[in-house]
Amino acid sequence: MNTYWRTFKTAAWLGWEMDSNWTEPWLFMLYSVVKPVAGAFILVLMYVVFAIVGNRQDPDAFSYMYVGNSFFIFVATTLFGTFQVIQADREWYQTIRYVYIAPISYYVYILGRAASKIVVAAFAVFITLAFGVLFLGIHLQFVLAGLPAFVGSLLLGVAVLLAIGICLGGISFLTAKHTHGLAEGIPGIFYVFCGVLFPLSVLPEWGQAIGKGIPLTYWFEITRRILSPNLTMNTTLQGYDDLTILVLLLVSSIAFFLLSILIFKVGEYFARKAGKIDMTTSY
Amino acid sequence: MSTATARRTDLGYRIRLNLRAVLGRAYPRVIGANREPSWIFFEAFLPLLGIAAYVFIYQSFAERALDAILTTTASAPYGFCGERACIDAVEQALYEANALANANALIASVVLGGTMVAFWLNVLWSMASQLYWEKEIGNLQLYMMAPMNRMALLGGMAVGGMFMTSVRAVATLVAGIIVFGVVFQVANPLLLLAVFFVTLVALYGLGMMFASLYLLWGREAWNLSALMEEPIFFSSGFYFPVAGLFKVPGWGPIVAIAGAFIPATFGLDALRQLTLSETAFGGRFWIFDATTELGILLVMAVVFLILARYALAYLEMLAKREGKLTSRHQ
Repeated sequence: MNTYWRTFKTAAWLGWEMDSNWTEPWLFMLYSVVKPVAGAFILVLMYVVFAIVGNRQDPDAFSYMYVGNSFFIFVATTLFGTFQVIQADREWYQTIRYVYIAPISYYVYILGRAASKIVVAAFAVFITLAFGVLFLGIHLQFVLAGLPAFVGSLLLGVAVLLAIGICLGGISFLTAKHTHGLAEGIPGIFYVFCGVLFPLSVLPEWGQAIGKGIPLTYWFEITRRILSPNLTMNTTLQGYDDLTILVLLLVSSIAFFLLSILIFKVGEYFARKAGKIDMTTSY
Repeated sequence: MSTATARRTDLGYRIRLNLRAVLGRAYPRVIGANREPSWIFFEAFLPLLGIAAYVFIYQSFAERALDAILTTTASAPYGFCGERACIDAVEQALYEANALANANALIASVVLGGTMVAFWLNVLWSMASQLYWEKEIGNLQLYMMAPMNRMALLGGMAVGGMFMTSVRAVATLVAGIIVFGVVFQVANPLLLLAVFFVTLVALYGLGMMFASLYLLWGREAWNLSALMEEPIFFSSGFYFPVAGLFKVPGWGPIVAIAGAFIPATFGLDALRQLTLSETAFGGRFWIFDATTELGILLVMAVVFLILARYALAYLEMLAKREGKLTSRHQ
């Protein structure tokens, strides 16, 4: 256990240095915030344009979209922070062979590398939400009694994300450098099917079924219930109470953790067998 | 004069050499991609989902707007037309038709933006960052020793990149038409093609210019590329008509003007006019007419290519003088 903790700590520090030491801390903080805020502004303008051409405002739909998008920063960052480790070490820095043969758990090393990105994402989520409340009229009705449920769901949501990220990492042992496709595409699946920006009711039946099979859907639902309980959107998840959702998240995070170990080990086995652990695919 | 020197000064020989260099650099992008078919899934199919999300946002807005128009109450027997009750069934029908037309135009805007996203990302990650990437993996010195013009090298990257990216762009367009039922009305296909190709040349010219700048910026370059995703999607109006920014008082026009330095801004605006008709959105969301925008794009293409030529020569010299040309991870 001591080795795992030491690996995690060192990898987290390494990840932080790799992410941030290319510039001054204030510039790094600005950089970390500009991207997500610009992403939120895309949605703001989409809403503005629709409101102008339709002569109609819809603050509930806007709040729904804005809050979902803010928390989606965790999804994009955590997934990217996890699965890009293997490809960055393999293709970019070409250090994977040295780290891989070190007497540490490579799984824990990846988790450590992702940790710094999660901290930065939390900062970006906070800034994006604060900006929405202060300047865009987003109504958050957070009460202190909801804090334990909020923290619990947040931890479980991030745990699920890490596990999914490791699953993708296991697959990326065997693929060429598709980091950008994965970084865009996998979060795209959750963007579409998890009710992040629009309620599941917009999707066709089969799309709703996929959405209800992904634990992150419930994470976004409970997060909105805690932060914006009065939205008049048909999320199709009204039948689930908060406790049920938390239990679902707990079960899913355990299931995905076990799945991540399996996929990681299988990917690693086949990569070793095919001699792909330290391949480079530059075209 | 030796035979080798005579050949090097022969124009025909130099043109053939540089064309071979263009083909040689484009080749691994086209063939390498074909040898790794998984990229079609990762680079063409998966990113469609992100675009689909933006399409569903507009569909969600449109559904709620249609609900409001069509739901009748005692105080609004013909539903709501905007923020007030409709006067009669005719006005209600007009609002319904407008809502449907606007939804189609906005979804089409997203689809067109999605195709341009593919090219912009290719410019950032496979053009602008490429020389830096080549330096990291040790190919740059080989390129520098080769006898061709460096612009031929960048040109080859651009041609190969355009081919790879076209697959994703076409997939996005096809998905837009088949899956989302977008209707395009192309009245002037020649102008449309001209705008599209001039936009690509301007974009890749910008990428070539960035490529040389990135050589010096080192590790900051990667972060700069990452920084030029969402902020550019926003300021260039990839997912909404960019003139919408002019409707936001204060900062909106400033952001739009800043975004106009990226060729995709005018390119998308013109493409939307040419595929949705100039009367879409009541004609309120266009910057200039398509012909004027084509002229601006032509100027941009020429300027960026010239700047790229000079930036490359200058920064190559500077990088050699400062000894940074082959130093990795800096």
